[in-house]
Amino acid sequence: MTPQDQIVVQEITPQEAFEELQSSDAFLLDTREPHEYAEARIEGSKLIPPAMVASEIEAAVPDKSQRILIHCRSGARSAAAAETLMSMGYEDVVNISGGIIEWTEQGLPTNSDSSLTPEQRDRYSRHTLLPEVGVDGQAKLLNAKVLLLGAGGLGAPTALYLAAAGIGKIGIVDDDVVDASNLQRQVIHKLSTVGTPKSSSAREAIENLNPDVEVVEYNFRLDASNILDVIKDYDIIVDGADNFPTRYLLNDASVRLKKPVVSASILSFDGQISTFMPYEGPCYRCLYPSPPPPELAPSCSENGVLGVMAGMMGLLQANEVMKLVLDIGEPLIGRLLLYEALGTRFTELKVRRDPECPICGPDAVDIPESEMGQFPDYDAFCGGHVGS
Amino acid sequence: MPSVKIPPVLRQHTGGSTDVDVAGANVGEVLQALVDQHPDTKAQLFSEDGELNRFVNVYLNDEDVRVLDGLETAVKDSDTVMILPAMAGGSN
Repeated sequence: MTPQDQIVVQEITPQEAFEELQSSDAFLLDTREPHEYAEARIEGSKLIPPAMVASEIEAAVPDKSQRILIHCRSGARSAAAAETLMSMGYEDVVNISGGIIEWTEQGLPTNSDSSLTPEQRDRYSRHTLLPEVGVDGQAKLLNAKVLLLGAGGLGAPTALYLAAAGIGKIGIVDDDVVDASNLQRQVIHKLSTVGTPKSSSAREAIENLNPDVEVVEYNFRLDASNILDVIKDYDIIVDGADNFPTRYLLNDASVRLKKPVVSASILSFDGQISTFMPYEGPCYRCLYPSPPPPELAPSCSENGVLGVMAGMMGLLQANEVMKLVLDIGEPLIGRLLLYEALGTRFTELKVRRDPECPICGPDAVDIPESEMGQFPDYDAFCGGHVGS
Repeated sequence: MPSVKIPPVLRQHTGGSTDVDVAGANVGEVLQALVDQHPDTKAQLFSEDGELNRFVNVYLNDEDVRVLDGLETAVKDSDTVMILPAMAGGSN
């Protein structure tokens, strides 16, 4: 094009457009993507995404003298689309400056497909902007029920980020109280909650972060007599337990009820994480058929742990939960991810279902509830190593 | 030479080393060479009858040797043998 032919796109403000649309027959064209349109749109607008404008506009607006008001999110895509229309011979195309962002800021009305309140649409906008999430995905998060075993090193960051994401119900199992030495890594707790139960300290932080989240506290230790009742109401369980007996108990119960478990552990500068999806991938016992004797499995209070390890692995746990709830991406099913903090290195190992697994193998028989988590052939089962 | 990755709980027995290079044609030979060099690692790895302990996972690169040929699994110079412990963190 020569400079004299350069297209200059006319613009009007959202307020001007709104007033014009009340009384005229102008055609209102929205050139964004479908998930944005579902989240918020202007009444009476027609959606044609940018890639389709040239091919679909003539069917939508056959008369090239028809006045067209065009908008997008911020004004950029619509300006480009307006140039396209004008180069196709449309005589009267006007861009709404600032797009639907400016429209909303000027207090003008929008419609939405979503069940989110206006406050939620604002709070979760960084989620709903993602095509893989959208308002439908945010609704899934708000309807999800996730149980956290432990509100300690791993549970703390997981709880914070799942609450931030809008997970609708978060259960917290922890019978411990906050100790000052926890504050080196359990960032959900604080000085003023030292000496109080971890579950209520976590609840307080969650409620101050996101009132959309319902928190349920389980201020007792899980055992074979109560675990099925506790986990049955949840969609996903996050294992941040501090001892082996609970991990094996959780495994046996979660396979029984077909609940996925996101499981991580940390020590020193090392972390491990995997996701156990009953019968689709291996279970915890497929990976670790027998627990190590106590002298070969030191705890963090004996060995120490770099505080950030809790955050690293806890966030990876939250990441797994997000993928499972939203049904996007690839969860760590059949994959064990190792993280080593001194070199900042990730290693991925393959985990297979064990054909002889006594819990999820093809020849496994249903064990009585009283035997969940037990090892009939292992007499010194973690004797004296039950965590606090 | 193949390299053995040492988990945190065993590093006290390898002078703090996270990786130890040892010669061996299969996983069993590599682990035996590790034990020869660092005898205190033996208890974690092997039971009285010379079998790998059930609570120890050994990986050749990214596969558990149990799905390969166990201790007979062949090892190349560029391979990594990883000893993987279960961890449960926490306190007592």
